[in-house]
Amino acid sequence: MAFTLYSLIQTAILCINAIAVLHEERFLIGFGVDQGVGGFGDDPGVKAQVLTLIRSVRTVMRVPLIIVNSACIVLLLLFG
Amino acid sequence: MGGSSAAATSRANNVSCAANVTMDLPHQGYRPTKPRARAAPPTADSILFDDTSSVAPAMNNQGYYTPGYNMAGPSNDMQGGAVPNNMFADPMANAAMVYGSSLANQGKDMVNKEISRFMSVNKLKYFFAVDTKYVLKKLMILMFPYTHQDWEVRYHRDTPLTPRQDVNAPDLYIPTMAFITYILLAGMALGIQKRFSPEVLGLCASTALVWVIIEVLVMLLSLYLLTVHSDLSTFDLIAYSGYKYVGMIFTVLCGLLFGSDGYYVALAWSSCALMFFIVRSLKMKILPSLSSDSIGTGSSAKPQFRLYITVATAVFQPVVIYWLTSHLVR
Repeated sequence: MAFTLYSLIQTAILCINAIAVLHEERFLIGFGVDQGVGGFGDDPGVKAQVLTLIRSVRTVMRVPLIIVNSACIVLLLLFG
Repeated sequence: MGGSSAAATSRANNVSCAANVTMDLPHQGYRPTKPRARAAPPTADSILFDDTSSVAPAMNNQGYYTPGYNMAGPSNDMQGGAVPNNMFADPMANAAMVYGSSLANQGKDMVNKEISRFMSVNKLKYFFAVDTKYVLKKLMILMFPYTHQDWEVRYHRDTPLTPRQDVNAPDLYIPTMAFITYILLAGMALGIQKRFSPEVLGLCASTALVWVIIEVLVMLLSLYLLTVHSDLSTFDLIAYSGYKYVGMIFTVLCGLLFGSDGYYVALAWSSCALMFFIVRSLKMKILPSLSSDSIGTGSSAKPQFRLYITVATAVFQPVVIYWLTSHLVR
């Protein structure tokens, strides 16, 4: 597999887009029901960490993702 | 000519400075010629690199433009303000040079400030504070780790010791140099097979870089998800993941020199050595709290997962080595 840095950037953008468009109520119901539990103490567990990660990625990357996606659309329209 | 006499004079100045400091030891026949003898105990704000700027202002009256400018660079660096070197008879050129050097200083300060917003430069300097002895010992350990006894990274009042003082400390010099050497070797191997073109070199470089980035990201993700509180920073992970390039270089060299059999033998040897090295090094860092963790509620899965991470990292190394080098040695 010959990777280029451009393919890495594409992969990253696609993955973050996937996390951003995830509908929590539909898909995460069977996954981790104990979202209400704060997870204090020193062992939040894998599921709570994944949920925290997904939530924080969605919060942080919402605005930059808009900008990056718009730039990608313009560049792909212009340069194919 | 100007450059070599400047170097000789600076060396003489260093010798005289060091001799002034060590005047109290006249009975030692050995005269330390390196200024490192002055800067022996590193503090927290440690002197990681030798400061040769104190001999710079003596070089001003050379009459050559280029060496004078190079010597004036570090002195501007250290003194913070531009020392005008009135080298030209023309006052306009002097003024222009002072203005240019002040502009360069401002640009440098701005770049430093911007870079230090993203990563701390001091932390990066720690990884490059190596010397020849360390590099040789580390390369020996990477290729033959079975006789190395003590794998603990030593600390000095809560900060880890620099690679110069502790052979177990990770560094970024060896991975960087090994990466560049690997790219050059790949170019040479492809040239031997008459498949070389400049684009292939760039492709090889970016492929190797992407694999390192993927591995570091997966390691960071798994360490975060399993709430492993280790003191492995991103740079540490980059360093440990970059040590496989040494194995790759050895494998490719043996493949080029001894053919396909030599390639597989070298692959087996460097895979085993690297796996042993990674397991022993990461075991200290990822699995330390096994004995001290007395909170046993539901943590029966945790030591297992930490072991899985270490073993998975170790097993990943030969896979990547094979993947990145097999197409070079047909």
